[in-house]
Amino acid sequence: MTMYEYSCLPVVFGLTLAPFFLGIINRTKAKVAGRQGQPLLQAYFDLWKLLHKGAVYSRTTTGIFILGPVVGLAAIVAVLGLTPFAGCPPLFSFIGDLILFAGLLGVMRFATMIAALDTGSSFEGMGASREAWFSSLAEPVLWLSFAVLARLTGQFSLGAIQSEIGSALWAASAPELALTALSLFAVFLAENARIPVDDPNTHLELTMIHEVMVLDHSGPDFAFIQYAAALKHWVLASLLAGVIAPVHTGHAWIDITAALLTMAGIAVATGLVESVMARLRLTRVPQLLVGAGALGVMAFIVDIMR
Amino acid sequence: MTLLVAALLCLIGGGILSLHPRLGARVAVPGCVIAAVLGVIPATQVLSGGGVLSLRAEWAVPGGSFYLHCDALSAFFLIPILVVSALGALYGAEYMRHSVNRAHWFFYSLLVAGMAGVVLAWNAIFFLVAWETMALASFFLVVTDDDQAPVREAGWVYLVATHFGTACLMILFALAGGGSGPLDFDPMIATGAGASTWTLGLVFLLAVVGFGTKAGIVPFHVWLPEAHPAAPSHVSAVMSGVMIKTGIYGIVRVLTSCGVPPLWWGWVLIGLGLLSGVGGVLFALAQQDLKRMLAYSSVENIGIILLGLGLGAVGWTFGEDRVCFLGFAGALFHILNHALFKSLLFLGAGAIAHATGTRNMDAFGGLFKRMRHTGGTFLAGSMAIAGLPPFNGFIGEFLLFLGGLIAVMSAQPALCGAGASVIAGLALISGLAVAGFTRAFGSAFLGEPRSECVEHAHDPGWRMLLPMWILVYFCLLIGTSVGPLAAYNSPAWSAAWPGKTPEIAFAVASCLSCVSLWAGAFVVLCLLLAGFRLLLLRGRSVRQAVTWDCGYAAPAARMQYTASSFAQPLTDMFRTVLHTKVSGGAIADVFPGLSQSSSVTADAVRAGFYQPLFSGVLRGVIAVRRLQHGNLHLYVLYIALTLLFLLFMELG
Repeated sequence: MTMYEYSCLPVVFGLTLAPFFLGIINRTKAKVAGRQGQPLLQAYFDLWKLLHKGAVYSRTTTGIFILGPVVGLAAIVAVLGLTPFAGCPPLFSFIGDLILFAGLLGVMRFATMIAALDTGSSFEGMGASREAWFSSLAEPVLWLSFAVLARLTGQFSLGAIQSEIGSALWAASAPELALTALSLFAVFLAENARIPVDDPNTHLELTMIHEVMVLDHSGPDFAFIQYAAALKHWVLASLLAGVIAPVHTGHAWIDITAALLTMAGIAVATGLVESVMARLRLTRVPQLLVGAGALGVMAFIVDIMR
Repeated sequence: MTLLVAALLCLIGGGILSLHPRLGARVAVPGCVIAAVLGVIPATQVLSGGGVLSLRAEWAVPGGSFYLHCDALSAFFLIPILVVSALGALYGAEYMRHSVNRAHWFFYSLLVAGMAGVVLAWNAIFFLVAWETMALASFFLVVTDDDQAPVREAGWVYLVATHFGTACLMILFALAGGGSGPLDFDPMIATGAGASTWTLGLVFLLAVVGFGTKAGIVPFHVWLPEAHPAAPSHVSAVMSGVMIKTGIYGIVRVLTSCGVPPLWWGWVLIGLGLLSGVGGVLFALAQQDLKRMLAYSSVENIGIILLGLGLGAVGWTFGEDRVCFLGFAGALFHILNHALFKSLLFLGAGAIAHATGTRNMDAFGGLFKRMRHTGGTFLAGSMAIAGLPPFNGFIGEFLLFLGGLIAVMSAQPALCGAGASVIAGLALISGLAVAGFTRAFGSAFLGEPRSECVEHAHDPGWRMLLPMWILVYFCLLIGTSVGPLAAYNSPAWSAAWPGKTPEIAFAVASCLSCVSLWAGAFVVLCLLLAGFRLLLLRGRSVRQAVTWDCGYAAPAARMQYTASSFAQPLTDMFRTVLHTKVSGGAIADVFPGLSQSSSVTADAVRAGFYQPLFSGVLRGVIAVRRLQHGNLHLYVLYIALTLLFLLFMELG
C-alpha cells in the first residue's frame, strides 16, 4: 500500500495523440492496399469540422440521446486519468483502481447502447444488441488478464502493475506475459470494434456494431463520440504497451520515446490485421473471445504450476 | 431494546387494527413507518458502537423462550428490512387504493414483523415461529389476486417450496440443539465449534438447502420467478429486496457460528454462487415479462452474494484475513445494495404495469416521454444493478473483485483458484447484467410505442413516486460517499467479524474514498461536457427530423428491435441451457403473408427436475390412497391396530 507520485503526462499524451493513433492505422491500411490514403491528421480535421456544425435530432429521441455522448466521453476521460503511460504513474491511482477502470468502460458502453436504443431504429437496436453480446464476453477476458498481471506483479493498481513489469519479470515468466498480451490484444480489437470483430470501414453499411449505434448522432455530439472512440483505442493500447514493451531506463525521454514507438507499433499491427483478414462471421466472434479467455486461464495454470 | 420491542409491537398492532374495515391502510402504513423510525435508531447504535442488545423472557412452549438479540449482524439486516418495508407501504397505500382485499395490510404488517423477528430471534422455536409467520404472511400476499389461475398456481409452488425449506431448518435445529433445555442460540454456538466435522458438515448443508430455498439459490429457486410476478408490486419489492435476504442471514449466521470452515464449504458456496449468478442472469435475459425478469435477476444477485460468502469462507480457511474480510464485506454490501435497487426496480415495474396494464416488455416502448419520473428512477436502478459507477451496485462488486485479486496472488493453489473463479464469474455475470438491464430499460422506455397500451400511460401520483426517489437517493449516496461512511463505521465492521483487524477496514475504507472521489470527478466531468456542448450549439441550427436510419422513408414502430430480439444472440448462444421454445415465424412462400411467432423460456430446473420428481411422488401417493376408503369403521380399525402395536412395543 504505497503512495505513488502522480503525473498528468499520460493524460496530456492521451488527449492530444489519440486521434493520431487512428491516423496511423488508416495510413497502414492504405499503404498495404497500394493507396495513398487520407492525411495522418484526418481524425483531427474531422473533429474540428464536426465541432463547428449544428445538429439534427430525431423526433423519437429524448434526453438520453443527448446525454449518451456526453457521459461516454466523460467516462473515457475519467478512465484515461487512471491509465499509466511510459512508466509515468497515472493522474489518479489507488489500490483497486483497475476495478474502477473496468467499471467506467462499462458506463461508456451502457451510455452508447441506450443512446442507440433511444432512436427507435432497428439498425441501431441491432448494433446495441451485438455490442451487449460481445462486450459481455469480452469482460471476463479483460478481467482474467488483470488477474494474471496482478498475480505476476503482486500489485493492485494499474500504475504499480505497469512499473513492476520489466525485463526481470519477462525473464522470469515470459509465457504468462505473452499469453496475457495476446488476450489483451483480443480485448483491444473487440472493445474498439476493429476487424476481426467489427469493420470500422463499412461506415453507414449494415455489417457493423459500433458505427451503427452512432448513425443518428451529428455535429458536436458526433465529435464527442469520435473523440471518445479514439481515446478508448489509446487507453487499451497503452495497457498493452505497458505489457509488451516495458522500457524503464530511468531517463524519462528514452522511456517516453520507446512507449510512443510501441504505440505506433500497435497501431501498425492493427492496420496489418485489418489488411490481411476479413471480419469474422458474427457467430464466430464469441469463439475468438472465448479463445482469448482460454489463453488467460492457461497463463494462470502455467503460473500456478511453477 | 425498548425501542426495538416498541417497533415490533407497532407493526403487529397496526396489522391487527387494519383489519377493521374503516381503518385499513390508514393505520398499517403509519405503523410500518413509525416502526422503521423506532427500529433504525437502536440498530444504527449497535452498528456504529458495537455492543449487543438482548431481552429474554420465558415461554411455556418446550424448548422455547422469547429471546430477542440484536448484534451487529442482526442490525445490519434489520435496517434495510424496516426501511424498504416502510417505503413499500407508502407506495402500496396508493397502489392498493382500489383493492377490496381487506386483509392485505394485516398480512403486510405481519410479514414485516416476521422478517424483523427472524433476524432478532435468538431461540430456535421463536425463530421458527417468526420464520413461518413471514412465510405464511407472504403467501397470502402473493395470492392477493387469487381470482387468476396463474396466481393460485404461483402461491401453491411457493407454499410447497417454503415448507420444504422449513423442514430442513427443523432438522438443522434438532441436530444443533442436541441436549435438553431451551433451544437458545448461545449454547448451540458454544457447542458448535466443538462438534464433530460430520455434524457440522450436515448442519451446513441443511442450512444451505433450507435457507437457500428462501434465498432463491439455484436449484431451489423455482418458486421465485413464479411468486414475485404474481404478487402486487410493493410486495414483490419487499419479498425480492429484503425477504429473500433472511435466507442469506441464516447462512451467514450458521457460517460464523461453526468456527473455521473446512475448505469444501467455501467451494460449495462459490459453486452455487456461479450457478445462481450465471443461470439467473441468462434466464433473466430470456424473459418477456418484466417482473419475471426482475425475479430472475434476484437469483443472479443472490449468486453474487454467495460468491462473496464463498470467497470469504475460503480466505478464512487459509487464514488470509484480507480475502476473508473483503469477501464477507462485499457480500454484505451487496445485500444492502440489492435491497435498495431491486425494490426500486420492482416499484418502477409496478408503476409501468399500472399505467399500461401489461408486463410484456415486447409491448412497451417510448415510455420515457410519458413517464419521466418512473423512467429516471428506473434508469438509476438499472445502472445500479448493472454495477456501474457512480451507483451503489459498483461498491459491492469493487470489494469482491479486490478480494478476488488478493486471493489470486496467494501461493495456495486452492485460494488462487477460488479467486480466479470469483473474478471470472463475476465479470461474466456483470457483463451479462449490463446487457440485461440495457434491454429492460431500452425496450420499455426508449424508441417508439410498440402497442396502444403505451399511448395513454402517465406517471403515478407523488405518493408512489416519492418512495422511488428516496431509494434512488440512497443508491447514489452509497455510491458516491461510501468511503467516508465506511471509515466511520469500521468499528462496526470489525465487531461483526471478530478477529478481523480494523486496519484492513480502514485500508478498504480509504480505497472506497478514492472510488468515491473519482466517481465524483466523473460526474463533474459529465456536467462540464454537457455545458460545453450547450455552449457549442448556441446560435447554431438545431433541427428536428425523423430517425435517419440510413435513409428510411417511412420508419414504423413495428420495425424496432424488441426486447426479445435484443437478447436473441445471447439466448441463442446459450440455447443448451435455456431451451427456449420458438413457434411460428418460418417463411414458406416467395411472397410471405401474415405470420406469427412466439417464444417462451420455461425454467429448466422446474421442467427438468421438479416436475418429473413431483409427478413420481404423486404416483406413489395414489398407490397409498388405497388405504383410504372413507369407511369410518376401517379407520377405527387402523387406530386400534396402531395402539395394539405400540402396546406390544412397550411390553416387549
